[in-house]
Amino acid sequence: MSLDDLYKEVILDHYQHPRNRGQLEEPDVATRGHNPLCGDEVLLAVKMDGDVIQDIAFGGRGCSISQASASMMTESVKGHPTTDASALAGGFKELMAGSGSTEGLAGNEDLEALQGVKKFPVRVKCALLPWTALLEIIDTWEHAPARAAQN
Amino acid sequence: MAQHNGVNSHSDGAARGPLDVAAIRQDFPILTRRVHDKPLVYLDNAATSQKPRQVIQALVDYYEQTNANIHRGLHTLAEEATDAYERARGKVAAFVKASGPDEILFTRNTTEALNLVAYTWASDNIHEGDEIVISTMEHHSNIVPWQWVAERKGAVLKYAEVDERGKLDVADIERLVTDRTKLVSMMHVSSVLGTINPIREIAQIAHAHGALMLADGAQSVPHLPVDVNELDCDFLAFSSHKMMGPTGVGVLWGRRAILDGMRPFLGGGEMIEYVERQTTTYNSLPWKYEAGTPNIADVIAFGAAIDYLTGLGMDRVRAHEIELTAYALEKLGKVPGITIYGPKTAEERGGVVAFTVEDVHPHDLGQIVDYDGVAIRAGQHCCQVLSQSIGVPATARASFYVYNTPEEVDVLVAAVEGARAMFTTEVSSIVAR
Repeated sequence: MSLDDLYKEVILDHYQHPRNRGQLEEPDVATRGHNPLCGDEVLLAVKMDGDVIQDIAFGGRGCSISQASASMMTESVKGHPTTDASALAGGFKELMAGSGSTEGLAGNEDLEALQGVKKFPVRVKCALLPWTALLEIIDTWEHAPARAAQN
Repeated sequence: MAQHNGVNSHSDGAARGPLDVAAIRQDFPILTRRVHDKPLVYLDNAATSQKPRQVIQALVDYYEQTNANIHRGLHTLAEEATDAYERARGKVAAFVKASGPDEILFTRNTTEALNLVAYTWASDNIHEGDEIVISTMEHHSNIVPWQWVAERKGAVLKYAEVDERGKLDVADIERLVTDRTKLVSMMHVSSVLGTINPIREIAQIAHAHGALMLADGAQSVPHLPVDVNELDCDFLAFSSHKMMGPTGVGVLWGRRAILDGMRPFLGGGEMIEYVERQTTTYNSLPWKYEAGTPNIADVIAFGAAIDYLTGLGMDRVRAHEIELTAYALEKLGKVPGITIYGPKTAEERGGVVAFTVEDVHPHDLGQIVDYDGVAIRAGQHCCQVLSQSIGVPATARASFYVYNTPEEVDVLVAAVEGARAMFTTEVSSIVAR
């Protein structure tokens, strides 16, 4: 197990040049995920078009793993329906906290680069933080009056 | 008896010059360990200290030769175990200049010692509208129990703020403490900022208003000479495991008159005098507060840790840490993008240096320097209120003890510079792995 397993180039790239980092004007759903262990925080907001994640942005602060994971997550779910996003989140959780299989990642190579995190158990929470926030957002949207109005 | 390499038998430290760190290191078996194929550089002493073999041997000796329950057997082993346990109490009492061993109560840790005061003295003496004054630099263990007391009693929890120098402002505390204040509880040395708080001055303010003063000594008793009379406090809490002793032992020192007047904490064996169907009378101090079989082996080994520290001399321990901290402040201070928290000079602080490096999250820093064998803490260090107050969500923290060397500080600094290079070098310029 080497440090390079954790800090792969693609992870450092997402950390240095985060995608979809910022704020949305008038988001349909927003949430705040928090890891009390390290103080990491992810603010996640989405703009919905029916059940499609039309736009997504993240903010907050955290380590390279949580920030890179958030950047990759937003890139992978933007423009996709919530069912696909949920399935991908499930696949990512399986990779991190379950079997370690990359099968649920739909061939997403950036996300596969995060598999090294599994070898560093204390960092798994960092990688999962934005995905947990995403699932919370999807759950909130599915029960939101605004969704009923849009559909 | 185990041989004491790093300790000689003289007790007057000042006359003996600096610690013989090379000899001390021989006493700590773990320091020969390698981590990721590098020599271990253990700089997480504020979390827990390493143990000399004299302490480890005391545990082995106890279990191999003496093990018995205390205070209740008439046989030889029980007598020996009781004697060893109570001698350890005497050593702790002498170490903090208590007026007697009966003022030393053994708990599981500092946290339990603080909770003991919250559940006994505070429950009976703090009423609706009364005030408890703490500070924003407190550890969660010196916040949460008082939040509960305030909630149960309808009391008010007030905070002294930390100023931009990382210090408490005594004038601010003077304004905060009123005749409604029943307790002032503050850490002696900050576990993040390193600040040494003026407990004596704060205690005098508390006493002028009829309040008691509790000092959290978790980060002071292991590192500097502490005399409860000089501090002028009423309670002092600290832990064995941060001062070379085993985990699982904490201490609450309290003034005899106050401890005598308090109701017991946990009920059970040992703490009783007579038990009848509906009523119980209690044992005398200190056993009134030690229900059930205590942590006999670890208390006895804690006694060996006190012997070790006493042998070194706490003034020499302090002098060594001032030297190391000054060196760390100077060397770390030169790392580009670094921010060091807390007072500027080593004399104003304990051997704790918390810092952040621009563009490198403390968690990443902690993970990366681990690969250079360096153990530091990263995060909020159980001080979320302080994090909120100074607006810094997480820091990296190096903390020193008697076995650390300037060369180890150099390893830390190089490792921090390496971590910074990793995150500030553009990825596109890194050769593909």
